[in-house]
Amino acid sequence: MRKKEPFFWFTLACGTFIVAYILLPLIELITSPSISDLWESIKDKDVVGSIRLSVYTAGSAAIISFSFGTPLAYFLARHEFKGKRFLEAVIDLPIVIPHPVVGIAILGIAGKNHWIGQIISELGIRVLGSVTGIIAVLTFVGIPFYIHSAKNGFEAVAPRLEKVSRSLGASMSSTFLRITFPLAWRSMLIGIIMCSARAISEFGAVVVVAYHPMTAPVLIYERFEGYGLKYSQPVAVWLVLVCLSLFFILRMLTLRKAKEA
Amino acid sequence: MIRIENLNIHLLKFHLKNIDLTVETNEFFMLMGPTGAGKTVLLEAIAGLISADTGKIFIHGEDVTRLPSEKRGVGLVYQDHALFPHLNVLENITYGLRFHRVSKEEGEKRLRRLTELLDIGHLLSRLPINLSGGEKQRVALARALIVRPRVLLLDEPLSALDPGFREEIRNALKSLHQKTDTTFLMVTHDFGEALALADRGAVIDHGAIEQVGAIHEIFQRPCSGSVADFVGMKNLFEARFQDGTADVCGIRMRMNGAPEKHHRYVAIRPEDITVARNSLPSTHENTLPGVVTSITSQGFTYEVHVKAGAVTFKTLVTKKSLVNKEIREGLEVFISFDPPSVHTF
Repeated sequence: MRKKEPFFWFTLACGTFIVAYILLPLIELITSPSISDLWESIKDKDVVGSIRLSVYTAGSAAIISFSFGTPLAYFLARHEFKGKRFLEAVIDLPIVIPHPVVGIAILGIAGKNHWIGQIISELGIRVLGSVTGIIAVLTFVGIPFYIHSAKNGFEAVAPRLEKVSRSLGASMSSTFLRITFPLAWRSMLIGIIMCSARAISEFGAVVVVAYHPMTAPVLIYERFEGYGLKYSQPVAVWLVLVCLSLFFILRMLTLRKAKEA
Repeated sequence: MIRIENLNIHLLKFHLKNIDLTVETNEFFMLMGPTGAGKTVLLEAIAGLISADTGKIFIHGEDVTRLPSEKRGVGLVYQDHALFPHLNVLENITYGLRFHRVSKEEGEKRLRRLTELLDIGHLLSRLPINLSGGEKQRVALARALIVRPRVLLLDEPLSALDPGFREEIRNALKSLHQKTDTTFLMVTHDFGEALALADRGAVIDHGAIEQVGAIHEIFQRPCSGSVADFVGMKNLFEARFQDGTADVCGIRMRMNGAPEKHHRYVAIRPEDITVARNSLPSTHENTLPGVVTSITSQGFTYEVHVKAGAVTFKTLVTKKSLVNKEIREGLEVFISFDPPSVHTF
């Protein structure tokens, strides 16, 4: 065997440290509560309710991102124009803004002192302390992930395919449905999953907008604050399992996509 | 028939300027020019995929300038085939039928005819990824023709193919053009393709039409330096004309007839110049002594540069001739060319 250079051992040491750093706390978290603790917690109505709410709000945020983000992602993938970089930077902003600030910012325009807040209030929509508020902040933090993935998917579809389709008599919408969508759906689905995964884990923004009704991260925080580590762990494990299943689907999809490419 | 009137298109880094062009019904017309000349932009403008800033495009007399692509009745075949990768060959070919209200029987009839013409009947259930370059291009042709377009636009359909397939698709194009009532407008950067396929054509360069006419006319009498260069007249010299001769840096060349008044250049094809070790009989006109300065292989032929006086002539010599005459760099030789080979513009 060839003698390995020192740099190889250095890389190996760094890599081992990072993998251990990621895996050890998660393994400790998942293995520390007993099966009976987990069973107890899943029978707890608050736990089930919070996880259900988390899945529901994150899913809603993903659907909203899909509905509004798809046309924008397609537009960005197909057009070059002045200010495109700026627009892309604006879309990325939610990734860099601190999470509690997102909550405060959303409340800023949804409050009674803002004309938008007044309109929303007149329409009978409540943001503070409501499911609507949670979905609003989760969409805010999740949408950049959807737009990125969908845009990459659209960019991978050669514009010439669409041009040929048009020349064969298909309208723009027929072309999108018959050519672009079948070729880009996997990227769109990956975007939806990434958006949901980001949304389901959100705590900082949610806790500002709605402490109640409680999403799973808020419940974990409350149990930790009120009763300590032991009582927050089983809830955390259930949330991790939900996230892991999303992650698993995502990996399956991306691996298959890489294989097909 | 396609008629383009004073078409102008401004893109970010490219302009198409004052294009006037007429392609007759059922003609095989070749749009030629070097890479980046604007051929594809013009093609996509005719197809309605790029909108015109000013000017008009007519197809069979109908003004289609503001019509969307799907309403123009224009078929499109690209160099990279652009087959829909998620559909099999049959689905690719029949894709357009649903948008043209073609009855099932009629659709099947057209499918049968085209698959026979193009010999692709055995490929129908395959996905594009499992086809060879030539097969892909035949499928792309069938897909475009099944909806009976008024005009078929071909964007360098032979460029991406291996030489063997190129011949095959060239023959297919020729026979399709003869057997279908469709106007063919093909784009190419290869003048050889134009000679083999089309009757008429135009040369475009830097976004403007340089010359329009019969292919042999463009080949024989290029009207500008860039066209001469494009059609392979590699010897292009500024000249002064006097008494039926051209003076290029002191070298007098006999021509066939007097040039027109505004002509300033002479051009000679490299294949029209003969290289010999001995001087030809004195009756032979346009014989010059020179020295071989370089020999470059071009596959089956060699480009031999011969410096005669202050002028370097580019000539083409076959491998056999090169070996027989023992031509090598530094050798003193004689070059000669007939007066009709000296073109002026």
